[in-house]
Amino acid sequence: MNVAVAVDEIQPETLISYTETGPAPKRVVVGFGFWIFLLSDIVMFSALFASYGVLVNATAGGPTGAQLFNQVSVAIETACLLLSSYTCGLMSLAINSRRRIATYLGALVTFVLGALFLNLEIREFVGMIASGATPQRSAFLSAFFTLVGCHGLHVTGGLIWLAVMMAQVAIKGFRPAVERRLFCFALFWHALDIVWVGLFTVVYLMGVIV
Amino acid sequence: MNLLGNLTWSAIPFDQPIIMGASGGMILGIVFVLGWVTLKGYLPYLWREWITSVDHKRIGVMYLVLAMLMLLRGFSDAIMMRAQQAVAAGGAQGYLPPEHFDQIFSAHGTIMIFFVAMPLVIGLMNFAVPLQLGIRDMAFPTLNAVSLGLTASGILLINVSLFVGEFAKTGWVAYPPLSELQFSPGVGVDYYLWSLQISGLGTLLTGINFVTTILKTRAAGMSYMRMPVFCWTALASNLLIVAAFPVLTAAMAMLLLDRYLGFHFFSVDGGGNAMMYVNLFWVWGHPEVYILVLPAFGIYSEVSATFSGKPLFGYRSMVAATMAICVLAFTVWLHHFFTMGASASVNAFFGVASMMIAVPTGVKIFNWLFTMYGGRIRFTVPVLWTIGFMVTFVLGGLTGVLLAVPPVDWQVHNSVFLVAHFHHVIIPGVVFGAFAGYTYWFPKAFGFKLEESWGRRAFWCWFIGFHVAFMPMYVVGLMGMTRRLQHYDVLSWQPWLIVAAAGVAIIFAGVVCQIVQFVVSIRAREELRDVTGDPWNGRTLEWSTASPPPAWNYAVLPRVTGLDAFWTRKKLARVTQGESAPAREYEPIEVPKNSAIGFVNAFFAVVAGFALIWHIWWMVIFGAFGAFIAIVLFAFRNEEEVEIPAERIARFDHAHPAEVTL
Repeated sequence: MNVAVAVDEIQPETLISYTETGPAPKRVVVGFGFWIFLLSDIVMFSALFASYGVLVNATAGGPTGAQLFNQVSVAIETACLLLSSYTCGLMSLAINSRRRIATYLGALVTFVLGALFLNLEIREFVGMIASGATPQRSAFLSAFFTLVGCHGLHVTGGLIWLAVMMAQVAIKGFRPAVERRLFCFALFWHALDIVWVGLFTVVYLMGVIV
Repeated sequence: MNLLGNLTWSAIPFDQPIIMGASGGMILGIVFVLGWVTLKGYLPYLWREWITSVDHKRIGVMYLVLAMLMLLRGFSDAIMMRAQQAVAAGGAQGYLPPEHFDQIFSAHGTIMIFFVAMPLVIGLMNFAVPLQLGIRDMAFPTLNAVSLGLTASGILLINVSLFVGEFAKTGWVAYPPLSELQFSPGVGVDYYLWSLQISGLGTLLTGINFVTTILKTRAAGMSYMRMPVFCWTALASNLLIVAAFPVLTAAMAMLLLDRYLGFHFFSVDGGGNAMMYVNLFWVWGHPEVYILVLPAFGIYSEVSATFSGKPLFGYRSMVAATMAICVLAFTVWLHHFFTMGASASVNAFFGVASMMIAVPTGVKIFNWLFTMYGGRIRFTVPVLWTIGFMVTFVLGGLTGVLLAVPPVDWQVHNSVFLVAHFHHVIIPGVVFGAFAGYTYWFPKAFGFKLEESWGRRAFWCWFIGFHVAFMPMYVVGLMGMTRRLQHYDVLSWQPWLIVAAAGVAIIFAGVVCQIVQFVVSIRAREELRDVTGDPWNGRTLEWSTASPPPAWNYAVLPRVTGLDAFWTRKKLARVTQGESAPAREYEPIEVPKNSAIGFVNAFFAVVAGFALIWHIWWMVIFGAFGAFIAIVLFAFRNEEEVEIPAERIARFDHAHPAEVTL
């Protein structure tokens, strides 16, 4: 049956108010708590974004974003990360239907795409540092490396987390605790995408407008 | 490669008798306590029942123990500063050299805010909120233990700084460029930054835990408008933690990058912008004020309703005022530095916003007054703290409204007038509230009340001592005395500062009274025993279970039918008296299993923090890797909960009939 039709057929007066049911189930509590964590993480990123905004023109005679950023490389990075979000979604579907092989496959592709993203980002950083555009060169570069690097660190953490979770699936199977953690991982991974969209826009797109 | 990084014997200040004496005393104290505990054979008990506990009540008590100990440390700093300023006028230099005095005022502020006020309110929230919500534990009990461990790690690190190395000489705000490596080359600022980063992470996790607990796991029937006011204020406070602490983390991370890797966020060269730190700091710092004060407001609400025997006046307006303060908290940060030189309209905006916060606060004051009006007030110690708070806080708030006027602020910025103002709001607003809550919930936590007469003496000493200590500081502030002076030449300030020092002596008598009260109460615990579980004729759910409550809090989870849930039930019980209560059926209860992860994590955090401060890189890797392995191992454990059999719950319930006979 169509979900919308099913919802229409419920008599509102037969529904128990959610306040009458007491504590929410663990899955809801864990997911909600993790959402709150993600919000706090986004607040931290917003502080870094604000600092970047303040310091973006403080190049101290050094190179500017327009001189440094390579649009092609960043476009590939973005594609990797957005695709990995899609495969992460496929992994979540596989988990919901308890398909182990599909879960591993989804995780593997997600991991590889994430690693690819990191690889490109590190190459970009190494190239900049080699050309003298180090974070010590100017306040603008300090803010750039911190903001983008902080996102990169999150991606690194996410990759480690994903690897540990696959070990958990292999050893412990689809237990409720493991499923809740995988659910949180998916939230985390999608949130990193959202942050990257902001980053891509504010740093790389706006950075090359002269 | 040097195995110990920058750490050498010269880090220990052997030539400073005051520091060596203080740290020697502290080390002796710790050795004595550890030795006593070990010899008496209490270690296994402590480990099993406290250190590895994930019970919110135990964790709350441990937070309070930490806070009380740190209160003694922070207060010693206060005594030293007042004593120094009382004597160091004109030709006299006092007994503290400038570099030591600078460390003392920095440590005083840092300890009092982060390691006294924060653990006080977090401890009280931990203890009371789940009980008031009618549930068995926090949303994430083990995470709660991790938070406690991280807070304790920060506390340990900041105390190590007394003995090994030095503490920051930058004030508790550590503004750059002074706090940059160029002007503060020592390890003091690093101690400050790492201990706050580590404990700040713990606080953030606490905030997430409470927000989730309060929003998602209330007892059946407890709609938002049936939550006790303390839970509302806890919610507001923890929302602020979640929204504000990440900004502090970011700001301090930038300062760390400046200091460790030569970045240019706040430096004087390379395009850095020092005022950005000041802005970010206070974007956290002003909400922090409300993180501390809102739970205290909640305690005052509980106390005034309970001891007036009336429902709280204007519950809805109290809730609205709390949430209004929660939002407005983020619109006023710039009033901490009107002298930055922002345009007149920017300053005007923040000035007006600051004054606006006085409106919901005023609403609260009137609500408490009207709660007491016409009530049958019992003048217990918590009520004394509450009334003392109202009288004091209104005046302190008024000087705050003065400071919110930018032209006035330009005159008294950075003066002792400001110091007097913020002590005038934060001592009654947070410390008095915490003492009220301590006295109010003590019987719930330990099963016996605190002795009254020593509590009264403590209150009066604090109340009188506070005014004697801080009123003169308004005067010298207006006379032009700036804050943080190790020495001054204006002799006309000295009489006022001697009076202030006398005030500190009176507060000291209050602290002694509190220690005596604690000892006397333990000795007389049989006379002070609370067998009913409801010693104050309370209104909220925590009084409906035994004192102290069992690990599972409630044998049967309560169903809430109205505001003041327990009071409503008591009223109803009187009506239905005579009808025999239906026999209870007990079901086995699952409680979260104890875990050493909090302690283990704290250990590695201290190792990593200390290593970072002293640039001992192999040890940093060891600490970080250890914490990572510990978390992964924890994630692989098989049992998460233990089941308490129904018979044990029934046995406990029959031994503590309070809940059943209702």
